[in-house]
Amino acid sequence: MRLAILDSGHGFATKALFALIRVFSGQPVLDVIKLVKYRADFYGGPMSRVTHGAMRGPSAWSVGDRELMAALVAKTNECTWCTQAHAAVASGAYRDAARVSAVLSDLETAPIEEPLRATLRLLRKVTREQTVAPEDMRAVLAAGVSPEQIEDALAVCFAFNVIGRLADAFGFVQPGPEAFEAGAKYLLARGYR
Amino acid sequence: MSDITQARRALVARILEERGEASRAQRRAAFDGAGLPEPLRTLIDKVAKYAHRITDEASVRSSGVREDEIFELVVCAAVGQASRQYDAALVALDIANGKDGHAARDS
Repeated sequence: MRLAILDSGHGFATKALFALIRVFSGQPVLDVIKLVKYRADFYGGPMSRVTHGAMRGPSAWSVGDRELMAALVAKTNECTWCTQAHAAVASGAYRDAARVSAVLSDLETAPIEEPLRATLRLLRKVTREQTVAPEDMRAVLAAGVSPEQIEDALAVCFAFNVIGRLADAFGFVQPGPEAFEAGAKYLLARGYR
Repeated sequence: MSDITQARRALVARILEERGEASRAQRRAAFDGAGLPEPLRTLIDKVAKYAHRITDEASVRSSGVREDEIFELVVCAAVGQASRQYDAALVALDIANGKDGHAARDS
């Protein structure tokens, strides 16, 4: 459900910024940027602080791990846009696209560390079933994941359960892979602020 | 650890309690996923349960609801559903970790 205000309702300064992005990146402005820049005091500003904290704040999880979590949450929600976007960021962070692809294809057989696998299973369940039981948490703790790491992973899960819903609800247009690559480089260099 | 408690609280306070184009009651209803009239009820339900199935929602567009109101209500619905998932998971973690799962982890 595309809203005209998210395409063309921005103020002059934001439109000028979009023009600069188009010139310097050689790519169209991603719909997620149009969303966070529209009436940024309502959603984009406060949400960017949540997302940056979850994705780039201090954590025992690497940036690649957290971007992989974001991609898996998006895939679970069947949000193609966010899955591709954050698979690109995770691949860049890890410098290993095969690892990301393997997880998104089959979490159970992917060649990753067991604590990460157990955590990804948990996020998938939270996302798919809306809730989890203490036994689910005990399974992750038993895999060697600390309570703080679980909280950090749940923060990623929260952020992308918001963003993915908005991407689908507002009908984000799928850009070419070059646009996602450009977006990934930006997010790895600057984060979500 | 990456503590998002304050940032998340600020986000929820902004979208629900401060000035908006939709009324505070409508934004709260969208956040809670309950209490909106049709056709908004169906849209908000889809945002929470299967956003990938949302298409044009012509009935919402033709109902006279303005785009800025739709924007706010969809945001509230998405944040509300994600908050319920997050809060339920934190309670489960607290119980598993030997804490009181009903102790307030306020949103």
